Amino acid sequence: MQKGERMKTDTLLDVKGLSVSFETDEGHVQALDSVDFQVRLGQTLGLVGESGCGKSVTALSIMRLLPKPMGKITSGRIDFQGQDLLELSPDGMRQVRGNEIGMIFQEPMNALNPVRTIGDQLSEVFLLHQEIGAKDAWLKSVEMLNDVGIPAPDVRVFEYPHQLSGGMRQRVVIAMALACRPKLVIADEPTTALDVTVQAQILDLLQTLQKQLGSSVLLITHDLGVIAETCDEVCVMYAGRVVERAPTVELFANPIHAYTRGLLSSIPRLDRTPKTKLATIDGMVPSLSDLNEGCRFAPRSGKVHPQNLLDQRSPLKEVSEGHWVESCPLCLNL
Amino acid sequence: MNAHEELVRITNLRVHFPVRGGIFRRAVGSCKAVDQVSLVLGKGQTLGLVGESGCGKSTLAKTVVKLVEPTSGSIKFKNQEIAGKRAQNNFRQNVQMVFQDPAESLNSRMTVGAILEEPLEIHKLVEKNLRSKRVVELLEQVGLPASAADRYPFEFSGGQRQRIGIARALALQPELLVLDEPVSALDVSVQSQVLNLLMDLQSKLGLTYLLIAHDLAVVKHVADIIAVMYLGKIVEIGPAEEIYLNPIHAYTKALISAIPIPDPTKKRKRVIIPGDVPSPIDPPKGCAFGHRVGASLYPKSVGMKFNMEEISTGHSVLHCPCCI
Ligand SMILES: Nc1ncnc2c1ncn2[C@@H]1O[C@H](COP(=O)(O)OP(=O)(O)OP(=O)(O)O)[C@@H](O)[C@H]1O
Ligand SMILES: Nc1ncnc2c1ncn2[C@@H]1O[C@H](COP(=O)(O)OP(=O)(O)OP(=O)(O)O)[C@@H](O)[C@H]1O
Ligand code: SF4
Ligand SMILES: [Mg+2]
Ligand SMILES: [Mg+2]
Repeated sequence: MQKGERMKTDTLLDVKGLSVSFETDEGHVQALDSVDFQVRLGQTLGLVGESGCGKSVTALSIMRLLPKPMGKITSGRIDFQGQDLLELSPDGMRQVRGNEIGMIFQEPMNALNPVRTIGDQLSEVFLLHQEIGAKDAWLKSVEMLNDVGIPAPDVRVFEYPHQLSGGMRQRVVIAMALACRPKLVIADEPTTALDVTVQAQILDLLQTLQKQLGSSVLLITHDLGVIAETCDEVCVMYAGRVVERAPTVELFANPIHAYTRGLLSSIPRLDRTPKTKLATIDGMVPSLSDLNEGCRFAPRSGKVHPQNLLDQRSPLKEVSEGHWVESCPLCLNL
Repeated sequence: MNAHEELVRITNLRVHFPVRGGIFRRAVGSCKAVDQVSLVLGKGQTLGLVGESGCGKSTLAKTVVKLVEPTSGSIKFKNQEIAGKRAQNNFRQNVQMVFQDPAESLNSRMTVGAILEEPLEIHKLVEKNLRSKRVVELLEQVGLPASAADRYPFEFSGGQRQRIGIARALALQPELLVLDEPVSALDVSVQSQVLNLLMDLQSKLGLTYLLIAHDLAVVKHVADIIAVMYLGKIVEIGPAEEIYLNPIHAYTKALISAIPIPDPTKKRKRVIIPGDVPSPIDPPKGCAFGHRVGASLYPKSVGMKFNMEEISTGHSVLHCPCCI
């Protein structure tokens, strides 16, 4: 099969050249710069990177939920099943949201209405997107709660969000996101606010449901452990850009960009010799208000970049099948 | 452990908070945030305290620095009882705390210099004209430039603010630092900078750390001893490597197995334990963990008295009939 052909058949979501900027007190800031990635059918793509690198903005752009009027998509396209979401009418987009793309946020409380029962909120999702009556919607809600592993769903369905633990709330949010069997689930740090044992439960649940429904998942996290355990492919973001993307096994075995290498070696690991000096990435993430056009990792790379590399972005290059990296010659380790 | 001179000894420590209810706000029950905790910390050692949200880590930490008074039990610092007594000045100096959120724990209206001078002033430790010199010294110790003294906390990144928090804690030259989730709010690349700094300072200054973290990988990297807490109790304590390689309590095992490993070639079977940590307000009658996982032998543990049992040198586990 030709490469181009493969892309057509098994790509569910194709983000191309996505750029986003925000209008702030300090003027225009560019949060995303030409972001490219694909999510394949039935697979999980991980978006990883440090705070502020643009992960959530990417998710919000796909859902067309950027805060208005500050946030704006300035260029690019987001093809979902061959249709550019950016061209859909607000009504068309509302149909896609919830029905075809489900979203799970970091803080479950933000996704739930504190003054309405769980059952009310779940039923609404069914009523909004499916041609069924209130009674059936309610029954489906109970069934869905059961599917996401909530004990005594017929009782819980009458409860309010604050009566549930953090882990159970996140299960409810997952139930809402998956209610209409979406083709794509976007999960933005779905377990960051949870304890590790509950995180393990939730990741397990997501994987099981994904298999059952055959959905694809875009998983946003800053935890490389979570990436390693759940994702087929990974996109590493830095200062609004994708600097490297590859199949997970390949990325961990053969990280090429200096930033990816730094990230991987700086995490404390259970199997590392205790008390040894951890690798670090010196300095910190650049501020959005003074971003350069060229290599943005330069100040932290430990290598003096000539002016042309700071002024001009090096293109993404495919170094091996499906492994792309921003080709700044001083940040590559081939 | 014998090689270390004993610095802190906590025995049967209990911290119970009253739970109020009704219109008269009467105490209707109590929250057993820390329940029968005992541990010993040697000089120069790091004890890592791990456990899930609400298990009582911060409460234990605050009790050690006397921000919270224990309900019962004893805390000895250099063989002197500190629980229930008014803190002596030398204790106040000797034990300092670093908090999780560097942004919240620093006064945003003071310059970094003023923040670092404050403890020196309160404790009248350094002559006024020498204070700014000490400030520069402290900044240097945590890897910040002297010019930082004239700036305000908000001008710094999260990692730098945490360095300021550490510098403030070091101002009085304490022997014990209680670190409550010092790196949890930081990005990984910055987290490793701060962990390196902490390890560095320890070997240079001979500091003793009580380090709280929910990330077992962090704790395993820097701690000599790991204590695993569950619902107010220490369920297992021992040398870090031993706890990791040879965990005995079912909860320790589950905790270790729940940590995602950043290596996609290692596909392993995660032990998924069901349920959440139960509430310390109305804890289960028997073994709290057995209750959570619905252990078949749980009924056996109801009404039992749980004791720590030493299984090898320095490695003890809360003895429960069914899970060990
Ligand atoms: N409404 C907004 N107005 C101005 N700037 C914004 C807005 N929302 C996001 N940004 C900026 O866009 C950048 C990317 O933010 P985003 O929330 O996507 O980061 P993230 O990668 O999700 O980080 P985190 O891991 O902290 O969630 C940040 O620098 C942020 O300050
Ligand atoms: N001042 C207080 N009054 C009443 N209850 C309290 C008080 N402080 C803590 N608690 C309760 O004591 C228990 C232990 O809390 P603590 O903050 O020590 O947990 P923790 O292990 O530090 O959790 P986290 O990881 O979320 O920080 C919790 O149930 C908490 O609600
Ligand atoms: S086996 Fe018994 S002691 Fe062990 S965790 Fe289960 S109930 Fe508790
Ligand atoms: Mg985010
Ligand atoms: Mg705490």
